[in-house]
Amino acid sequence: MKKLTLIVNGKKTQVDSHPFSRLLDVLREELKLTGTKEGCGEGECGACSVLLDGELVNSCLVPVIQANGKKILTVEGLAKKELTPLQISFMKCGGAQCGICTPGMLIASHWLKKSKKKLTTQSIRENLSGNLCRCTGYSQIVDSVRNVKGAS
Amino acid sequence: MTWVGRSALRKEGDGKLRGLAKYIDDISFPDMLHGVTIRSSIARGILREIEYLPGVNWDDFVKVTANDIPGHNYVALLEKDQPYLVEKQINHPEEPVLLLAHPDKQLLEKARTLVKIHADPLPAIFSMEESAKQQSLIWGTNNTFKKYAIDRGDIRSAFENAAVILEGTYETGAQEQLYIEPNGVIAMAHKSEGVTVWGSMQCPYYVHKALLPLFNLPAEKIRVIQTETGGGFGGKEEYPSMIAGHAALLAWKSGKPVKLIYDRMEDMVATTKRHPSKTVIRTAFDHQNKLIAIDIDFTIDGGAYCTLSPVVLSRGTLHASGPYFSPNVKIRSRALATNTPPHGAFRGFGAPQSLFALEKHMDYCARKLNVDPVTFRKSNLIQQGQMLGCGQIVNEKIKIKDVLDRALKESDFKRKQKSFRQHNKKSPLKKGIGLSVFMHGAGFTGSGETFLASIASVKATPEGKIEVLTSNTEIGQGTNTIFSQMAADALHLDFEDITVVQPDTSRVPNSGPTVASRTCMIVGKLVELAALDLKQKLIAAKFLKGKYQRKDFISACKKYLKEVGELKGNSQYKAPPHVVWDEEKYQGDAYGTYAWATYVAETTTDIRTFETTVDKFWAVQEVGRVINPTLAKGQIVGGVAQGIGYALYEDIVWKEGRMANNKMSNYIIPTTLDTPEIEVHFMELPYSFGGGGSKGIGELPLDGPGPAILNAMEYALGVQLNFIPMTPEKLMKQMDSGAS
Ligand code: FES
Ligand code: FES
Repeated sequence: MKKLTLIVNGKKTQVDSHPFSRLLDVLREELKLTGTKEGCGEGECGACSVLLDGELVNSCLVPVIQANGKKILTVEGLAKKELTPLQISFMKCGGAQCGICTPGMLIASHWLKKSKKKLTTQSIRENLSGNLCRCTGYSQIVDSVRNVKGAS
Repeated sequence: MTWVGRSALRKEGDGKLRGLAKYIDDISFPDMLHGVTIRSSIARGILREIEYLPGVNWDDFVKVTANDIPGHNYVALLEKDQPYLVEKQINHPEEPVLLLAHPDKQLLEKARTLVKIHADPLPAIFSMEESAKQQSLIWGTNNTFKKYAIDRGDIRSAFENAAVILEGTYETGAQEQLYIEPNGVIAMAHKSEGVTVWGSMQCPYYVHKALLPLFNLPAEKIRVIQTETGGGFGGKEEYPSMIAGHAALLAWKSGKPVKLIYDRMEDMVATTKRHPSKTVIRTAFDHQNKLIAIDIDFTIDGGAYCTLSPVVLSRGTLHASGPYFSPNVKIRSRALATNTPPHGAFRGFGAPQSLFALEKHMDYCARKLNVDPVTFRKSNLIQQGQMLGCGQIVNEKIKIKDVLDRALKESDFKRKQKSFRQHNKKSPLKKGIGLSVFMHGAGFTGSGETFLASIASVKATPEGKIEVLTSNTEIGQGTNTIFSQMAADALHLDFEDITVVQPDTSRVPNSGPTVASRTCMIVGKLVELAALDLKQKLIAAKFLKGKYQRKDFISACKKYLKEVGELKGNSQYKAPPHVVWDEEKYQGDAYGTYAWATYVAETTTDIRTFETTVDKFWAVQEVGRVINPTLAKGQIVGGVAQGIGYALYEDIVWKEGRMANNKMSNYIIPTTLDTPEIEVHFMELPYSFGGGGSKGIGELPLDGPGPAILNAMEYALGVQLNFIPMTPEKLMKQMDSGAS
C-alpha cells in the first residue's frame, strides 16, 4: 500500500492504494466515482476513458502509481451544475441509449473538442474509434459531437 | 399539443450523461461479499469430485454446490432441464459446478484457480449434423428440443408442374450480444425475509419466476429489482435468472449480500448467443417466374439445454417464407441439442436467420432465372388479401411495394448497379449494391400475448402527477421516454408530469418481458388504456369533466386522493378481434401486425485483401406510427450496425463446444470506422392496436443487413456467398473455390 495524491476533477485527493492497482478501480471503489465504467478490462472498449493530465487514457490499463500527482478528469467532472453543451448535444441528438459507453464517449469527445482538431464526420469517427458502443451504431454520437453549440 | 410523434428528450438522460446513473456494479452494500462461479472444464461427462487445493484458507470462503439448494435445482423457463449447479451430469463446457464467495476479490480470484473439478468425460456433440444423426443421445429421446411443420396446398404436384426448380443451402453463425455492461446481480437472502435481487436485466418477472422453485418460497417472498441496464439485445432475457439464482444461493448460505458480476471473458464464454442456423430452400416457379411452391427446411443449434429455443425456432419458422406469396408451402423446422452453452435470445430471435436464407435465395433465383432481382421480388410480393406462409391473410393495408420503391429511389439503386459494373471492370476494388425485402412481426407469437395476459397500471402521486407501473425495462431503447409520451397524450398532460417507475416486482404488475419488440406496441397500448381507466375514475367521481386543462386534472387527482383514497388505472391485454391463431395446427394470425422493410447496402470488396466495407446503407421501413423520431432512428441505426457485424465481422471460434475468442480484442464488433452513414426512412401506417399507433421496430434492423450486404458482395464479385459471417478469410476461400 502506498499513499498517493490524485487531482480528480479539480480536487486534490489522497488515496491509500497498491501502486499497481488499476486507476479504474481506485476511481470506482476508493473514490466512489462510479461514472467511469469497465467494459472489457483490456483496453479495447474505451468505457473506462479518463483524461490524465489532458491525455486520453483507458483507466483499466493505467496503474494508479502513474497517476500520482496528476490531474484526472472523469465524467463526473464535466458538468458543473448545468450540463455542458457537449452533454446537451448528446441528449438532443440521441448520443446516449443504454448509457454504459456514454461516460467514455463523453470524455473522448471532450478531449477531441479541446484538441481543436477540425471536426468533420471523418475526423470524429477516427478519433472515437477506440470507444465501442453496441447500441447506437455511432451515427447519433457523431452527430452529437458535430452539433455542439458554443464552447465545451 | 401532443407528445407522440415528437423527439421528446430521453427521460433518464440526465443521470446517464452525468455519470450518476447506477448500474449494478456501481452499487454496493455494507458487509457485501463477492461471488464467483466455478465451471466444468469438459463438454460432457459425469462429475466425480470437487477438489480444493491448498493455497488459501478455505474455511473463509462460502461454498455452494448443488447440495446446498433449498428448493428445486432447475432454471424455470420452458423446460426444467437446465440445473443451476451440476449434480452429476455435465452437458457443456461452461456448466456451473461450484459457487464461491468472499469479501476480498483478489483472494477469490486466487481461490478460483485452486479448485479442481474431476469428471469422467462422455462423448460430446458439437454440430447440428452430428446431433441429427442421433448416434449418441445428449438430450431427450432424439436430441430435439422442438419441431414445427407447416403444410399448405399441394407441394408435390406444384413441384411436378414447375417450369423451374431452384435449391440453395444457407448458413448463419452464432453471434454474441456484447452489451457493453456485462451481466451482474446483487442478492440478499434471509430465511425469514426471503430473497431480494438487484440486477442488470430485461425481464424482472422471468427472474422472479425462476427463483420461486429454487428457494421454494411464496411469490411475495421474492423481490426482483432492475437496475440501470447497459444494453441487453436479448442477452439479458434469460441468463439473469441463472446468475440471480447463483448470487441468491451464496447470500442464502452466508446471510450476507453477495455481488456476482461477470468479467467480459466469462460473459462471452458462458452466456447465451444467437442460434447458429442452416436452411435449405427449394422453390418452384412457373413460366412467368411466379413462385408456385416453397419448401423450407430450417434447423437451429440450441446448445445443451432447451432454454428459449422452441420460441426462437417458432419465430424463425413463421418468418421463413418472408413477405412473398406462394400458394403451396411446406416448412419443416427443428431445434437440436449440442454440447455448447445454450444459445438464446438475440434481437430478431430466429427471424434474422431464416430471412437471411430467404433473401439470399431470392437473389440466387433471380440470377438463375435471368431476371432483375427487384422485378422478380415485386412480382412475388404479398398483396393485401393474400396469405403469408404461416397461414395469415394480410387484411390490413400494406405498403411493401412503396417501401421497396422508396428504397430504390433513395439509394439510386438502378443507376449504381450499372455504374458499378463498369467500375469493377478496371479496379481491384469491387463495388456492389444489394437489397433485402422483409417483414417482422412484433409481440409474442400466436396466442403468446393472450397467454401472457399482461397488466399495466398508472397511479396518481400526491402532487397530482402520474406514475407508470410496468415491468418493462429501460435498456437503452427508450421505454421510459415513449411510455411518458403515450401517457401524457392519453391524459392531456405534460411529458414532465409522467414518471416511469423502476421495475421492482414488489411494486409493478407483470406486463410481460421486455422482448420481441413488444414494449412500445403491446405494453404502450396497455399504458394508454390504464391511463384512460384512471381518467374515467376521475370523471365517474365527478372530479373531472370530459374536457379539461392540465391544472384541472392535477387538482382532480389531489382531491380524489384526499377524499377517496388511492387512485390507480389498470388495463389487461386482450387480443385484437382480428387475431386468430390455431396452436395445434400451428397456423393462423401469427402476429397482430407486421412492420415491412427494404434495406439496401452499398459495399466495396478489395480482392487483394478480401476485406469488405459497407460504404453506405439505406433502411426504409413502414412501422406504424413513429412515437419518437430520434429514438426510433437510434433503434434502426444501432440495429443495422449489429447486423453489419453479424454479416462481416462477428465470428465465434468454437473449440470443443467453447467459444475460444472470448475477448473484445479477438471477437470484433463494428467501431466508428466500420459503420457507414446509415440513412433511415420511415413510412407510417398507424396500427390502431399499438401504443400511439406503433408497430414494433426494435428487431427489424437485424433482419435486413445480412442478406443485403451479401447480395451486394455477390453482385460485385460474381460468386455465390451463402453464409455469414463472411470474414476476409472465408471470402478468400469462397472465391478460390469459385462457387457461382
Ligand atoms: S474497460 Fe478499459 S478499455 Fe474496456
Ligand atoms: S449507448 Fe449503450 S453501449 Fe453505447
